[in-house]
Amino acid sequence: MGRRGPALLAVLAVAALAVGCTSTKSGSDESSGDGKTKIGLVTKTDSNPYFVALRDAAKAEAAKSGAEVVALAGKFDGDNDGQVAAIENLVQQGAKTILVTPNNSTGILGAIKKARDKGVLVIALDTETDPQDAVDATIATDNTEAGRLQGTYVKAALAGRPAKSILLDGTPGSTVSEQRHNGFVEAAAPEVLGAEATNGEQNKAQQVTENLLQRATTVNSIYTLNEPAARGAYVALKAKGLADKVVIGSIDGSCDGVTAVQNGEIAVTVMQFPKKMATQGVQAGVEFAKSGKKPSGFVKTETAVITDKPLAGIDSKDTAWGLENCWG
Amino acid sequence: MTTRVSPSEFILRTPAIGPALALLVAVAVFGFTTDTFLNVDNLSLVVQQSLVIGTLALGQTLVILTAGIDLANAAIAVFATLLIAKLTLTGTAGPVSLVVGVLAAAAIGAVTGGLVTGLRLPPFIVTLGLLTIVTAVSRIYAQGQSFPVTDETLGWLGTTKYLFGQVEVTYGMAVMLAMFLGVWYALTKTGWGRHVYAVGNDPEAARLSGIHVRRTVLSVYAVAGLIYGVAAWQALGRVPNADPNAFQLGNLDSITAVVIGGTSLFGGRGSVLGTLVGALIVAVLRSGLTQAGIDNLYQDVATGVLVIAAVAVDRISRGRQR
Repeated sequence: MGRRGPALLAVLAVAALAVGCTSTKSGSDESSGDGKTKIGLVTKTDSNPYFVALRDAAKAEAAKSGAEVVALAGKFDGDNDGQVAAIENLVQQGAKTILVTPNNSTGILGAIKKARDKGVLVIALDTETDPQDAVDATIATDNTEAGRLQGTYVKAALAGRPAKSILLDGTPGSTVSEQRHNGFVEAAAPEVLGAEATNGEQNKAQQVTENLLQRATTVNSIYTLNEPAARGAYVALKAKGLADKVVIGSIDGSCDGVTAVQNGEIAVTVMQFPKKMATQGVQAGVEFAKSGKKPSGFVKTETAVITDKPLAGIDSKDTAWGLENCWG
Repeated sequence: MTTRVSPSEFILRTPAIGPALALLVAVAVFGFTTDTFLNVDNLSLVVQQSLVIGTLALGQTLVILTAGIDLANAAIAVFATLLIAKLTLTGTAGPVSLVVGVLAAAAIGAVTGGLVTGLRLPPFIVTLGLLTIVTAVSRIYAQGQSFPVTDETLGWLGTTKYLFGQVEVTYGMAVMLAMFLGVWYALTKTGWGRHVYAVGNDPEAARLSGIHVRRTVLSVYAVAGLIYGVAAWQALGRVPNADPNAFQLGNLDSITAVVIGGTSLFGGRGSVLGTLVGALIVAVLRSGLTQAGIDNLYQDVATGVLVIAAVAVDRISRGRQR
């Protein structure tokens, strides 16, 4: 009998996995009743703390209003295929609303259209689709405005000296990255000494900055797409002894980022509110299940300029406020 | 058959049986535990979701059967999608760009094979290098853009039809099935196929018995490259957008499918039908666990456990053979 081991083992492994996973879940389902509104959430990845905060906020809001959130994600920035499969599976599962942060503004339009054709409410969170009306509604930071706010502060901080900037962008081709970049350039009107993709990673940002500093010796300001990039830039500047001479601006509002502002590593960061995006998205889903009413248009979630060196004419909050309101 | 074959020997000789049973069990379990898994629509989607990785895994199986490994397969396919989409956007006719893209993939496959056989470099190293190169070339070529595809030929594999007015099928499914059957036939019914297995089992013995080892291995990489080209076409059918950031884990996902499908990483043992089943198991787990309301990361845990279980099975059955 024991000689049938291999095949039996394989079969048992699958059975155990399937039963194990589904049974723990169905247990919690039964306890909370069956009439729950199902809301799907598809984020870009599930490793980035930003999306973890967004996911947790969505789940918390759902628990409050008796809805259920199933959270799926791509495996990496740019995983369109994974997001398409996630949307399809959520539709099959009977999700009435799908909240999605698209990896690529045009990459998953087909799956979104199929979902909407079946009557599912689709809301883009954090990142808009192109065209915007491919989804029912968009709830996001105005990323161009966030870039502009960073640029305005950096320009004011330079007190009349023309901005000579290094620009640290996100993933090549990302809409969010482009919008923030353009907003910054518009507001700060810098002489661009170099602009490179960092994928929003600290390691890569540090490396890119180190290399750019070899030739960009006159730099007086660094635009960063997000706080990990800003911290990478700071490490590179510090090693060169330039940390005091260069103004670093950033965007995001993570607690680590606000702490970096408090420590003086970053001059300013523009806080976004992913938890509010998630909360509003879930609320829209619950409302849709109740009354059939769909939201529409572009709902801008707010931004806040966080700095401990307030400048005349710029509305800002200090890091104490920032640490109370940061998202994770 | 002159002698009686015990069940365990039958399983050893037919490596696709274990995975096939596992697939059936998974489908049954999800069918019982969720209301939605066995919907015809959903089953069709599961197959559609496995098309790209399944096709990549088909090429990967050939390579692994020769005791090689291909880390660059998904990068090659992504490069082909970019080539096809960009050529079409700049005015080349869709079918022409498609042929160019598929042939380019085959050519890169041939280069891989050339480096492996000509310079006698380990496939792991060659394809690791090519993974880096091809990914970079894709990004240079794309210049940070992604390219939407509107041409009918290029999206053709994603076209849906209804069988019996009910069952949603795509041309992509038919093409994948045809390719698996084609390769299965070539591997099991032709001299070339026997050579592939022989080379994977023991290249020295294969050489001594008159098999042209290097030519066989080279042909395997070239055919695999051609298959990756078709995977690119499948990818455009699924997501009509060529994105240089896509399928970054496609190489590992395809190895996962091959391993779960029962093909031995040591070469010489396995079957493409097992790989088809392996690709389906991964998609079934992902879909079924979603239907059951399980989040992503737990799905990945499940897939990982399965990979280890599959290799353990391979190990145990090899031990028995000795």
